[in-house]
This record gives sequence, C-alpha cells and structure tokens, in this order.
Amino acid sequence: MTEQHNHSTDLSTTSGGQQLETFPDPGVPEHKLRMADKDPKASKRAERQTVVLFVISILGTIGMMVAYFMVRPDGTTVGTRNANLALGLGLFFALMGIGLAAVHWAKTLMSDHEHVDERHDVRGTDEVRAAAIAELKAGAEDSGIARRPVLKGAVVTALALFPLTIAVPLISSVGGDWDISKFKHTIWRKGTRLAIDPNGRLIKAADVTIGSVVHVIPDVPEEERRSHEWITEKAKAVVLLVRLDPADLKESEERKTWSHDGIVAYSKICTHVGCPVALYEQQTHHLLCPCHQSTFDVADGAKVVFGPAKRPLPQLPIAVDDEGYLIAQDDFDEPVGPSYWGRLK
Amino acid sequence: MKALAARRHHRLTPVVLMLLALLVTGGLYAVLSPTSASADTAATNDIEAGEKLFQANCATCHGVNAEGRDEVPSLIGVGAASVNFQVGTGRMPMQMNSPQAPAKPTQFDAEQTNQLAAYVASLGPGPATPTAEQVDPALGDASNGSAIFRTNCAMCHNAVGAGGALSEGKYAPALSGTTPTHIYEAMLTGPQSMPVFNDATITPEEKRDVIAYLVEQREGSAGGADLGNLGPVSEGLWVWIVGIGALIGCAVWIGAKSS
Repeated sequence: MTEQHNHSTDLSTTSGGQQLETFPDPGVPEHKLRMADKDPKASKRAERQTVVLFVISILGTIGMMVAYFMVRPDGTTVGTRNANLALGLGLFFALMGIGLAAVHWAKTLMSDHEHVDERHDVRGTDEVRAAAIAELKAGAEDSGIARRPVLKGAVVTALALFPLTIAVPLISSVGGDWDISKFKHTIWRKGTRLAIDPNGRLIKAADVTIGSVVHVIPDVPEEERRSHEWITEKAKAVVLLVRLDPADLKESEERKTWSHDGIVAYSKICTHVGCPVALYEQQTHHLLCPCHQSTFDVADGAKVVFGPAKRPLPQLPIAVDDEGYLIAQDDFDEPVGPSYWGRLK
Repeated sequence: MKALAARRHHRLTPVVLMLLALLVTGGLYAVLSPTSASADTAATNDIEAGEKLFQANCATCHGVNAEGRDEVPSLIGVGAASVNFQVGTGRMPMQMNSPQAPAKPTQFDAEQTNQLAAYVASLGPGPATPTAEQVDPALGDASNGSAIFRTNCAMCHNAVGAGGALSEGKYAPALSGTTPTHIYEAMLTGPQSMPVFNDATITPEEKRDVIAYLVEQREGSAGGADLGNLGPVSEGLWVWIVGIGALIGCAVWIGAKSS
C-alpha cells in the first residue's frame, strides 16, 4: 500500500517537474521466418491453398454466368428473389475468391522482408530554392503582366466573375419564391365538400359512424387532382375526420358550431415539423405523430398532451349541406403545419 | 292414354308406380320441407348455447346482459363480426388487464365461437361475419389495396403490415399471420385502439383489395431477407454488428502475420 503510494508520488513529481524519461528506440523487431520459408512442404501447402481459392473464384464466375442464363426472374416475388440470390452468390464467390487468394498469397509466399526507406527533408536545398524563384520571376517577366495593367485587370475580372454562373442559378432556385402568404392558406373554401383520400368519394355525415376515422381531401375536379400543383395543395389540405360520442367531446364556446353531431375535422399536418399525424387510437381519442411521438387529444380541441409539438392541430370548421354531404365552413383560421419565419410561435 | 291403360296389368306396373310415388314424395319434400324452419331451430339452438357460454365466460366483465360497465364495452350491437374477431383470434376472453388484449391461442373452437357470435348478434343489429367470397384475396386488386392501405392503415401497421408501436404500451399488431376474415372484421368493427372503417369509408370491394395486398406481402421481399421490415432498427443492427464485424475480422486477418 505504502510502496504503491510512494511510487505514484514519484511519477507525479516526474511528470509535474521535468520532462518524462523517454524509452530507447526498440528498433525493428527481429525478422522471423514463416513456416512457408522454412519448410518446403508448408510452402507447397500454401501454394495449393491459394490455387484452391482462385479455383473457387473461377467456379463462382462460371456459376454466375450459368445462373444468369438458367435462373431467370419469372415475374413472381419468389422467382425474382431466387434469381437475385443466384447471381449474388456467384458474384460473392468470384470476387471473394480472388480477394482471399491475393491476401493469402501475399501473406504466405511473397517476400516479407522489411525495408527501411528514410524520409528526406521537406525543405529543398538553397540552390534548388533559388533556381525555382528565378524560374517564376522569368515566367512573370515573360508574360508581361507587370507591364500591361489592363490585361491584368481583365484576367482577374474574368476569373472572379465566372463563379456567378454557378452561384446565381443555385441561389435563385433555392430562394426563388419568397412569397410566404401561401403558407397561410389552403384550398379549403366555404362550401368545399369533403372527399375520401385517395379515391375522392364524397362523405355523407350519416356514413361516419362513431369510432370511424376518414382521411379527407378537398373535393376538387378530377383533372385538377391530376395536375402537378395538386400534390403541393393536398400536402397542406389533408384532414383527419373523426366521429366521437358527443358526450366525450369537449368543445370551447366559439368552436361549438365547428363540429357536426360529434364529427370533428383536424389538419393532419403536425404542428411540430409537419409529419402527417394519423395514428388515431379510438378508445383514448389520442392522435399520435409517428415522427416524434407528439400526441394530440382529439376529444379536447386536438391539444398537445405529449411530445415536442407546441400548438394544437388547426381545426377545420365543418357543416352539412342540403344533400347531407359534409362541407367546409371556411378555410382553417390559422396556418397549418409547423412554425416558419413569418410565424415563429 | 290407351297404351298406358292397356298395360296397367303389366307385371312391372307396381314397381313403376312405386318409383313414381317415391319420386313425387321426395320432390315434394325437397320443395316444401321446412329448411328455413330447421335453420331457425339451429340458430335458436346456437343462440341458446351461445348464451350459456357467454354467461360462463364473458358475463363476469361484460355483465349478464352484455351491458358492459365503466371500462368494459357493452356488447349490444357490436355484431357477430366483432365476436368472431375477438374470440377467434384469442383476444377475448382477456387473461389479465394490460394496455392491450393480445392475440393468443383461442379458448373456444369454431363452433363455440359461432354460438357466441350468434348470441351477441341476437342482442342488437351489428356487422355480420363476411362471406368467403368477400374476403377471397384472389378476387381483390392488390394495387388498389396498396393505395388504400397506405392512406388508412400504414401509419400504424407499417407499409407492408409488419406492425408498429402506439402510445403507452399499446401497439398495432403485425398482419402477416392474420386470416383474411379477421382482417376484414377488424376493419369493419375497429377492435380496441383501432378506428372503425365502415363500408362507406372503405367499401367491401376495397376491403377485399386491402386483403389481396396484405396476402401478397406474405410472399416476402424480392430483395431477399426483409429483416422483419422494421426499417432502420433491424437493418442498422445487421449492418453495424454483422457487416462491420465482418470488415473488422477481414482487417485483423489481413494485418496478422502469417505463422
């Protein structure tokens, strides 16, 4: 115990005080002969093993060729899988055989003597340095750049301007559209009918039974749904429609008219970072976001009960038209989805 | 007529007459026999047998009249489909309180399950069990089923039905071993945490398309081992442990001196 303590004190004095003692350079360890160097039998055996590995590679290549022509994918899942497997195994043996053989060959049969090659100084000799500087000066003199300032200006300007050909299109396409008003609105309008995603069937209030969930898109003409803009608009406008027992539903005074007989509609875009929130648990009325586990209580204004989201999901006010179909009373009264630079809360 | 009358004393006459009489009796019986009546009797028997089973196995929680109480749902109006799903997959009777009743070996055989279903269906109108044709994956369109599954089901059950976690210990089970009938009934009745997808939300044809899509996933992946289709968890485990492990092994072997 004491001895150990003394020992450690010694060490700390040494490292705290002066430079640590350095070890002598052990040098290159003594060269040991391998089995294949000493014993001709072992050498022969290593050669045989290498040959076998190369033969495995040859067989793998042949097998891959055979598999390519014989095991064709027949259109079924199993057929495609078998064809891929056969090709893959052939390739594996073909390449692995070469690799293993090369390493085994190098390790057992090729020369393993260590050679030491001393590194030369990084700095050149004075003569070399003087000669290099003289060369550079002669080159500058030869180009006449010092005597022709316009030429100098032209070359610098040309080189400095060229990067704009890359930078301008890049910056322009990244920040091409600084209009953030589109974040504030969706294509929901007063009277837009609610339709089922993805087939666009209209929804009658009577068809939504208690405990049902319907994934909803705005009802727009078929050709509009085929347009490119539709994807962007749909991504903002998707809505989850749920029917609860009206006794379970807690509604604030101003939103009493936004639901219909226990049917409520909320934006499906998470207010955290915009994932589609759609994991609805029928018994607890909780709506879970699969990305970061934000949980919203659909029975209580879709307020956040767990997770990183800060705001409740925006509610779409709905009503029923004369024919019994569900319609939107208006667009959402707040932007859907996560915060952005125009809206930091 | 004359020819018939002339032969009325033929020695085979009694045999022919007897055969005719048998045929008429048999035919009449087949047409007029009270098949519906006998089915009714069978159904009544089923309901009675089901009620006995219910009182012995379910009434403790669901109440003697299946009226339910605080945390236990009423079974009036849930229909035969709900019973066939819950009892047929072993979820009911529950063995203990847990966040979710798991599927387990069934406690009742098919006949007893049908009797229970008949009894519960007699308590109030509800969804009936689907016919074999309604759940036949061969008649469904897997491509359309895929689109419907992605919109309505994939967020909980995973894109190929491998299942996934919900909140507080609940989970959406994997669908790889679920029978087409049970898949259909689950969509129709919305068991436990699952919402209801009635015939207006997902039509019976679309339900069959979803079944066709799910059954097609059982052939496995064309890309080889799917590692449970769990995405980055199982794939990352495989790459980091097996893949990088093999690379380290190769590096050690290449660096080691030959003996």
